[in-house]
Amino acid sequence: MSDSLIFSSAADLAALLSAKELSAVELIKAFLARIDAVEDRVQAFLHLDREDALKQAAASDARRSAGEVRSPLDGIPVAIKDAIAVKGQPLTAASRILSNFVSPYDATVTSKLRAAGAIVIGRLNMDEFAMGSSTENSSVKPTANPWDLSRIPGGSSGGSAAAVAAGESPLTLGSDTGGSIRQPAALCGVVGLKPTYGLVSRYGLAAFASSLDQIGPLGRTVEDCALLLQAIAGHEARDSTSLNEPLPDYAAETVQKPEKWTLGIPSEYFAEGLDPEVREAVEKAIQWYREQGCTIREVTLPHTHLAVATYYVISTAEASSNLARYDGIRYGVRAEGAENGIDLYFKSRGQGFGPEVKRRIILGTYVLSSGYYDAYYLRAQKVRTLIRQDFLNAFKEVDALITPTTPTVAFKRGEKAGDPLAMYLSDIYTISVNLAGLPGISLPCGFSQDKLPIGLQLIGRPLDEARLLRMAHSYQQAHRWSRQTPNL
Amino acid sequence: MEFEAVIGLEVHVQLKTRTKMFTRVAQGFGEDPNTLTDPVIMGLPGVLPVLNLAAIEQSVKVGLIFDSEIPEVCKWDRKNYFYPDSPKNYQITQFDQPICVGGRVEVELVGESRNVMGEHRFVALTRAHLEEDVGKLTHFEQDSLIDYNRAGTPLLEIVTEPDLHTPEEAVAFLQSLRMHLVAAGISDCDMEKGQMRCDANVSVRPSGSSVLNKRTEMKNLNTISGVKNAIAYEVRRQTKVYQQGGSIVQETRRWDADAGMTTSMRSKEEAHDYRYFPDPDLMPVRLPRERIEALRTELPERVFDRQRRYQKDYDLPYTLTSVICFDHELAAYFERAMAAYNGNPKALANYIANELQRERSAAAGEGMLAMAEVKMEPEALAALVEVIDAGVISKQVAKDVLIAMFQTGKHPSVIIEEKGLKDDTDTDQLEAICREAVAGNAKAAGEFRAGNDKAINSFIGPIMKATRGKANPAVVQQLLRKVLAE
Repeated sequence: MSDSLIFSSAADLAALLSAKELSAVELIKAFLARIDAVEDRVQAFLHLDREDALKQAAASDARRSAGEVRSPLDGIPVAIKDAIAVKGQPLTAASRILSNFVSPYDATVTSKLRAAGAIVIGRLNMDEFAMGSSTENSSVKPTANPWDLSRIPGGSSGGSAAAVAAGESPLTLGSDTGGSIRQPAALCGVVGLKPTYGLVSRYGLAAFASSLDQIGPLGRTVEDCALLLQAIAGHEARDSTSLNEPLPDYAAETVQKPEKWTLGIPSEYFAEGLDPEVREAVEKAIQWYREQGCTIREVTLPHTHLAVATYYVISTAEASSNLARYDGIRYGVRAEGAENGIDLYFKSRGQGFGPEVKRRIILGTYVLSSGYYDAYYLRAQKVRTLIRQDFLNAFKEVDALITPTTPTVAFKRGEKAGDPLAMYLSDIYTISVNLAGLPGISLPCGFSQDKLPIGLQLIGRPLDEARLLRMAHSYQQAHRWSRQTPNL
Repeated sequence: MEFEAVIGLEVHVQLKTRTKMFTRVAQGFGEDPNTLTDPVIMGLPGVLPVLNLAAIEQSVKVGLIFDSEIPEVCKWDRKNYFYPDSPKNYQITQFDQPICVGGRVEVELVGESRNVMGEHRFVALTRAHLEEDVGKLTHFEQDSLIDYNRAGTPLLEIVTEPDLHTPEEAVAFLQSLRMHLVAAGISDCDMEKGQMRCDANVSVRPSGSSVLNKRTEMKNLNTISGVKNAIAYEVRRQTKVYQQGGSIVQETRRWDADAGMTTSMRSKEEAHDYRYFPDPDLMPVRLPRERIEALRTELPERVFDRQRRYQKDYDLPYTLTSVICFDHELAAYFERAMAAYNGNPKALANYIANELQRERSAAAGEGMLAMAEVKMEPEALAALVEVIDAGVISKQVAKDVLIAMFQTGKHPSVIIEEKGLKDDTDTDQLEAICREAVAGNAKAAGEFRAGNDKAINSFIGPIMKATRGKANPAVVQQLLRKVLAE
């Protein structure tokens, strides 16, 4: 029972809680037991306050007894990426420079989860300051892919994806700047959604790249992601980039009857570099949609080849500025033995940041510097507009785009760690979606010979999450990929 | 060779909004350190800025007062540099699309004397932009302490063209700027509280030349006299350098008020690259024309416009307008009084500029009693002038009435009644008293009739005594002359 419990969808768990077949305390205990059983191998969590989790569960049960259930998520555990502020919990972004920092405030998404009655648990491992695609850049430890412990879970939300895959939490929150929710979701065989830019408030997310970052849900099912999206989405005054649009009922929309959509296949996403096993699984998925009566059309996104460069100019520029605040003066770790003010900055940041973070800060500083701004940053912003235009043009012909999420399945730990550029290229199918500010979802569509998960990506029009969820849900209902679980 | 100075000023003005520029924390001065802060001010991980609309509106008003162009769209940029007083290690400011462009400030230069209007000219503005203030560092021997109370306060940076040529002009500019901003409720511009700060850019060139030589930027000018003295010093220093055949290094210099000199702070080699880029956390601001025009209706009359109006419509001399118009509270008081009785603007103005100011000064140990605490209402003062004009009391009596009004806040009619000060001597009675006085001093009467006009004054004393000082001097003069002419 316990086993099926930890691999149940949040929707099913909510039904059990509602039917009083289970209490929230029993539920959280099951997950805590699972964490105890597998964490030594998965290493998804940086921090876990068991007492606090039990207290929250007890409060949920009390609410339920009093007839004051707050939402379908009341009593459901949601684990949080360590870049998102939870008051009283550490907020380290997996960085040494914040290793002693405890957040005095809640992120907007955290407040919303509490308002929904969810059990906010744990701090999940990630690449330091969300910079990475394998979670190997965590200053604390790497996380393992539950399907093969010698492989990476993806990144930067590696802990968020691995925790769901391993049955440690039914739902998690991650963040996605260039693919950091979708790529690990694909490599770990779970569902991950990056919302339209501005749909979910960024207030409380330690910023990496302000114009690209979005917080999003990860879960076992599309429906679960819809439930979690509903809880966290919406306009919020403290984020000036937050969109002010009415929200649909995502969960209800998700389970609506599928339509005969028109889906686009961008030719640039099926060229060289794509692993044959991944290609085969994705093409089979496309074929399935065709069999459901959907029209499949080839489209072109001509500026795709510029996306990685554009991303690494814009995101690093913004990051170089966003990470300037980490100097050990007001909070965080301050180095000892500094001789003067400047030395204090050099030592604190020199010791506090890992190599990838430093690499990106230097790159970002360079592209903004006098004499180079026009050639790099300004130009990249112009290309970004072209990339977005490519998508908007495609959406004149199609309802959504269907692509692989990643070019390969999960690679071995250490395989790309020494080659930053090779690492960057693993985001090749996800990166443009952030540059264009569009919603994107990754869901399981198969396994490789080595039993490693393969992810399918659907990309939608701005604010078209409901349609994307419905498309993804219809596929997931017809396939059993999500029923498989790793041997841990 | 004669040299002339070319001076430009950068004035930072703290806007008098209730809360800070990008977060809802109160702004203030003199509070316990690090109490006017929140996660946004402290630059904690994950925080984001939210624009304070009141700061935008105040800035638009400043632009309107000084005839600036208010572009339809303005935006925010990050100015990146590391310093402990800057919590994010970048400052949110406006680089290339500021809220106000151009404009001009009317200034009055120092006149020949205090009582004579000085020459007026316009000082051209380059732009005005909004930004957030930084915290305050205090240095001690072993370490430094930082107070972030000031961090995040809205600042409007007003930049002039290099359009000033003497330290006196710079002072006149700052005074005019302050007058206008205080009158419009934009800022209190108290330099001691850091509400108005001024940096000066100074260069010199041969008189009559139109070349712009290398300039130095001067900082740490903490008072208006500091601005004046620093500029004067720097002009002398640069002139000397050129006269000795040397050249000026473009640099920042620090004014040391005690030593009376500027010293070099940074040289060009260390000039900062601020890596400005548009702040991705904030949207550009679009200002609809209707909103701008609505703000225009909230502006007070411009200081010198008002002065000219008073001169033209009320024939008020400079000695009075320079007091009333340059202090917006006195101007408001005058306007309210005029609304009650506008028959004698000069008298009203006189009472305000002289008697009222004198009483305010006497009432306070140091400085002046605040206008908010003055009990005498402007309508009451107007009533006083009215009863004098109606001949109910004499000017002499009025002086005492005013003092009583100031001290008690009572209406003049009440005081006149209470003290029985009404000059109720009817004209016949008064005429009779005049006849008696004339009859009692035949010598003076003879001198007057012989052509000595001043002789009439000899009768005043006895008449005043007989009327217990209440007789209206103007009426007495009239009656005396009538009697003497008989």
